Amino acid sequence: MDEVDITRALERSVSRRTFIKGVIAVGATASSVGYLFRGGTPLLAMPAAQGTAERLLTLTVNGQLRRVDVLPHETLAMTLRYKLGLTGTKLGCDRAECGACTVLLDGVPHYGCSILTHQIRGRAITTIEGLQNPDTGALHPVQQAVLDEGGFQCAFCAPGFCMTMVGMLEENPDPTREEAAHALSGNLCRCGDYHKILNTAMRAAQLVRRV
Amino acid sequence: MAEKLIGKDIAAPDLLAKITGRARYAEDFRVDGMVFCKMLLSPMPHARVRRIDASRALAMEGVIGILTADDVPQVEPHREPVLTNEPVFEGQPVLAVAAVDETTAADAIEKIRVDFEPLPFVLDPLDSLRPGGPDAHTHGNVRVDGEWRRLKWSAADFAEAGDERLPMGEATAEWSLGDVDRGFAEADVIVEETIVHQSLTHHPLEPRTSMAYWQNGKLYAFTSTQSTQRTRGALASALDMDPEDIVFVAEYCGGGFGSKISGSTLMQLPAIFSRKIGRPVMLRITRYDENYIGRARPGFQGWVRMGLRKDGRVTALDLYLVEEGGAYGSGDYGTAGNTAHLMYQPENMRFRAVSPYTNTPPKAAQRGPGGAQIVTMLEPIFDKAARELGMDRVEIRRLNAPGPESTFGPRETPLTSVFAREALERGAELFGWEEKKRLSGTRSGSKLTGVGIGLSPYTAGSRGYDGLMVIRPDGKLYVHQGIGNLGTHSIADTARPAAEVLGLNWDQVEIVWGDSSQGLPRSSVQAGSQTIHAHTRANHAAATDARRKIQEIAARTLGGTPESYTMDGGRVFRRGNPGQGMSFAQVARRAIALGGRYDGHEVPEGIHAETVPSVGRVAGQGLVGVARDDYGGEGAIYSWVAGFALVEVDAETGVVEVKEYTGVADCGTVVHPRSLGAQILGGSIQGMGMAMTQRWVFDPEWGVPFAKRLYTARPPGMLDVPLDLRWDALGIPDPQTPVGAKGIGEPPVGAGAAAITSAVADALGGRCLCRTPLTPDIILAELEGRRTFGRLETHVG
Repeated sequence: MDEVDITRALERSVSRRTFIKGVIAVGATASSVGYLFRGGTPLLAMPAAQGTAERLLTLTVNGQLRRVDVLPHETLAMTLRYKLGLTGTKLGCDRAECGACTVLLDGVPHYGCSILTHQIRGRAITTIEGLQNPDTGALHPVQQAVLDEGGFQCAFCAPGFCMTMVGMLEENPDPTREEAAHALSGNLCRCGDYHKILNTAMRAAQLVRRV
Repeated sequence: MAEKLIGKDIAAPDLLAKITGRARYAEDFRVDGMVFCKMLLSPMPHARVRRIDASRALAMEGVIGILTADDVPQVEPHREPVLTNEPVFEGQPVLAVAAVDETTAADAIEKIRVDFEPLPFVLDPLDSLRPGGPDAHTHGNVRVDGEWRRLKWSAADFAEAGDERLPMGEATAEWSLGDVDRGFAEADVIVEETIVHQSLTHHPLEPRTSMAYWQNGKLYAFTSTQSTQRTRGALASALDMDPEDIVFVAEYCGGGFGSKISGSTLMQLPAIFSRKIGRPVMLRITRYDENYIGRARPGFQGWVRMGLRKDGRVTALDLYLVEEGGAYGSGDYGTAGNTAHLMYQPENMRFRAVSPYTNTPPKAAQRGPGGAQIVTMLEPIFDKAARELGMDRVEIRRLNAPGPESTFGPRETPLTSVFAREALERGAELFGWEEKKRLSGTRSGSKLTGVGIGLSPYTAGSRGYDGLMVIRPDGKLYVHQGIGNLGTHSIADTARPAAEVLGLNWDQVEIVWGDSSQGLPRSSVQAGSQTIHAHTRANHAAATDARRKIQEIAARTLGGTPESYTMDGGRVFRRGNPGQGMSFAQVARRAIALGGRYDGHEVPEGIHAETVPSVGRVAGQGLVGVARDDYGGEGAIYSWVAGFALVEVDAETGVVEVKEYTGVADCGTVVHPRSLGAQILGGSIQGMGMAMTQRWVFDPEWGVPFAKRLYTARPPGMLDVPLDLRWDALGIPDPQTPVGAKGIGEPPVGAGAAAITSAVADALGGRCLCRTPLTPDIILAELEGRRTFGRLETHVG
């Protein structure tokens, strides 16, 4: 019986429909396996299961060399959040839809949920925790602009937006409002605070040019 | 002189943490030994679990335990359980597995075999009302007076309506004012439409993650929630615990929009699981999970008939709503009926509604529940009447909008203040209505231009909560806030009146929030746009209590009467003799020495029982100000937003582009202008998503959803909204509250959405599509005179 036939049969017969759905149901539960995290806290120290082996990598994060055990399928966002304690990078969707996990790789914004940590050895990773000057405590112009403009509401999107802004200003320190909107359009703000975010971006551009 | 704080742009004190990565949302907490859990979600919209075989999962290395429906509190069938053996929507959690890491937990879930027996399901409430139609629950399809019923309409009810009009059988809710038939008899113009408003998911950017552990008999719970003090109460009640045995932490919330008012049902899961396995449990909710369990605004199928006299006055309004109740019921229709009456003040009105349960994800309040939907649907219909009468659309709204003497709803409720007409006038001015309305229906190439208006009211306050604050020996005022921190900046803004009452500068004020162990007063839930009203009052009351105590201490220490003292900049001093006084630091130390009511060791009468232990927590820290808001007041507290939009509809593609938007609010005194503007525009933008893109799409055959992620039911992105966004607020204080401020969270949603539905109808020459969202396929179908969808079907894009 092909698919069309099955559908027709189902329309005719509730009992048959029930039967087939029962068959389909077994083992077909809804699940979100895919973009997940393996590897416990140091205290748990469980061996990796299912033949997946962690590998000790050296990453350059916020100007520091960080050595960390990484699984082959581990995303950068997961490594940052769960192994390096850098929870400023947020997971809003796990799959390149919202931009909350945006980080910089060699100065260019990338979605941390869509990059495998194994792929980026040797590249400079910058997260929201790395924007403030570690020596002087001085804020990055983008951060200062947020304070100046009272930017963001719930701010779950804020780290991602800030990183995109930093990347944008590297490339174009004098954007028009429209150019800024295009540059930031890969980040979603569910509070709809776009007006204030654009004000922030324009203010940040001003500050960057002044530096 | 202390600086004036009300009406100033002052960034909230937590902002720096939010942009340096230091702000901790629920998923950012870590504890030693923390394990992860994953849930098995129902693959069917309605089923019964016959058998669970978890043996292979439990044998896996790294798997720690399983939690099933047998382990969680048993609840009545109309209440949502934490886990269930009879799922009533696809995606409902059936069981959970804990493991050393998230992938192992997810792998374990894959190895569990569950034998589901499919049960009849229903997606569309009208299908459940058909003769012999399926019921969403095995107990029935509606609840009336707390009892299940199987409500079915007759074949004649459906036949009479035909395909185009809403069938209208027995309603389960009904009220009327005046005589609607007489009202229609007096009408010169009558408009009648069948309407369909979609259901849509809240999708806060932070999913509803929770973590919990137990220590020395106390529960430590970390969750994503809109409220704090009240969510702890909800969690305690669900787990049958004393709230004082829970250390509840909710420092930041990544958005809720009504879906996390008192947390969520699933916040219980890590607590229960942790008690079972003796390990801290993190339940990280993914976007995929969130789509199912993250709540949704209920949709409406409805019918409206509106009669107007030649002079533009609405003589009669007859409204029937069929609400999609979802898996655990909904009640948006009630607010929808009241809002319709409030907006147009019809001389006569009848309202009827029915809200059958459906096997779709659970519904909850979504920013402006009921009100936003009805404003969005009715405004373009009202425009149609205006067009037939040849009246200006601003003028006809002004004419029908309520004034100071107006009442609304079946109980004829009065309002504390209303300046809807003034908001319309200011909005029209700022938008340039007189000039832009000339563009109505004009065509340039393939683009049709339309202008629209949405006038949207919503509740905006409440009374009677407690304020709690301490002046510590460092001389600073610590305002304890039991409300939540979900992006409205309320924790800081509602503290401003306290600083003003005590004559403090803002840098002399610290906010204590997000951790119940600090002692939090009984607070409003952070919902219903009530916080700025409710808690400027509560903090004003507690600061007034503190002020009196400071004056008394000054009088006891320095002589004279308490009334002879005033205060400014952190000092209390003799009126007319600033040299004779003491610093707040000295006052705080003196309060501790005096004890009793001064430092919180004696609790005043009249405060809520839930505040009492919190006063105990701060007792001895300094001078304690604590009081209940006894300012009173009469009538309902409502704010308004008048939204104006200019859109272009592409007649070739059906795509709507919003070119300009202006929102003007009547929300009383402006406390924090920039944050207010963000609420007005942000809420309006959420309304635009509701009007244009977000929706559920179900396969009617299997009852499973297609639009499962952000990209398939996309909320507005930066390029979906105009660069030209404008806002303003009237700033007229509400006379019944000491600070004059009313809430603003919710009114803009209906304004933004209705300005779009109204503008699109205007672009199409006054043709009301009367359904949302206005996706390109729907618009093209309308333009080309074909219907690719049944008039009344819900859940189609």
